[in-house]
Amino acid sequence: MRSSYRTLDRGTLRDILLVCVADAVVGASFGAIAVTGGLDPWVPIVMSVFVFAGGAQFAAVGVVLAGGSPVAAVLAALVLNARLVPFGFTVADVLDDRRRRWTRLAGAHLITDETVAFALRHTDPARRRAVFRLCGTALFVTWNLAVAGGALAGTGLGDPTALGLDAAFPAVLLALVLPTLRDRATRNAALLGAAVTLAATPYLPAGVPVLLALLGLIPHLLPPRRPPLTPPREPS
Amino acid sequence: MPLLAIAFIAAGTYAFRLVGPLSRDRIHLPEQARRLLGIAAAVLLVALIGVGTLTEGHDFAGWSRPAGVLAAAVLAIRRAPFPVVVLTAIATTALLRLAGMP
Repeated sequence: MRSSYRTLDRGTLRDILLVCVADAVVGASFGAIAVTGGLDPWVPIVMSVFVFAGGAQFAAVGVVLAGGSPVAAVLAALVLNARLVPFGFTVADVLDDRRRRWTRLAGAHLITDETVAFALRHTDPARRRAVFRLCGTALFVTWNLAVAGGALAGTGLGDPTALGLDAAFPAVLLALVLPTLRDRATRNAALLGAAVTLAATPYLPAGVPVLLALLGLIPHLLPPRRPPLTPPREPS
Repeated sequence: MPLLAIAFIAAGTYAFRLVGPLSRDRIHLPEQARRLLGIAAAVLLVALIGVGTLTEGHDFAGWSRPAGVLAAAVLAIRRAPFPVVVLTAIATTALLRLAGMP
C-alpha cells in the first residue's frame, strides 16, 4: 500500500497539492457563505464530512438560504450528485479489493469530480489506485479543514468572486480532463454533450442539464459506418 | 437546515457512489462497455466545466470568468504546468473584474 505511492511521479504529487489548495479556497468560501447566510457553523461542517460533494453542498445551502424547503434542498443536492453513479462505474476497478471489503466501502466516499479526473489520466491499475487514494484522502482532509475554517471565520473572509477564484474550479477540471480529450471519439462526445447541457441550463433545475450531457454518447452507440479502426491482424 | 435533510443528502449521495463499486462483483463488463464508461466520465466532466465556466444559476455568468478559463485552456493545450494554468485563470478573471467587466 505504502510503496504504491512511490509509483506516483513528482508532477502528479504537485498537481494533487494544487487541486487541494484550489478546493480549500472553495471550501472556505462554502463555510463562510453558509454561516453569513444565518446557518449554525455545525451545518456546513457536518455536511462536508458526510456529503463531501462541493456542488451539491452549495446547491442545498443555496436553496435553504433562498427560503426554499428542506425537501427542495435534498432534491437539488441529489439530482446534482446523480452523476456519481456513472463515476462509480468508471473507478470501480480502483476500489476493487477482495481482501478488505471495508476499504472499498470507505473508498467509495472519496469518489468526486477531481478524484475521477485524476484516475482517468492513468491506465496502469497500480497508479490509478495510488492516485485515487492519495488525491481522495488529501482532498477529504483539506476540504473539511477549509470548510470548518470558513465557517468559524464567517464574515471575516473577503469576496471570492472579486479575487477571480470562481474561475479556479472549471480551470482545475479542464487541466485534469484535457489529456483524455486528445482521443477523438471522447472529444466529439464531450463537445456534443456540453452543447446539450448549456442549451438546457436556462430551462431545467440545476444538475439535470449535466446529466443530459450523456446524450453526447449516442453517436458513439450507433453501429459504425466504417470498419473498426483496428482490424484483426492478417496472417503474413 | 434540519439535520434530517443533511442525513438524506448524505445517505443518497453515498448510495450513488456505491452502485458502481458494488456492481463490479455481480456484473462483468466487457472491454467495450468499460471504454464507454471512461468516455461517459469525460463527457460529464466537460459538461461540468461548461456550466461552471459560463453559467451562474440559470443565467450567463458574465465574460470575466469564461475569459479566464479560455486563457487557462490555451495554456493547458500548450502543456503549460498545472499551477500556471490555474493561476492564469484566477488572475485573468480577477483583473478583468477589476477593470469593470462583470
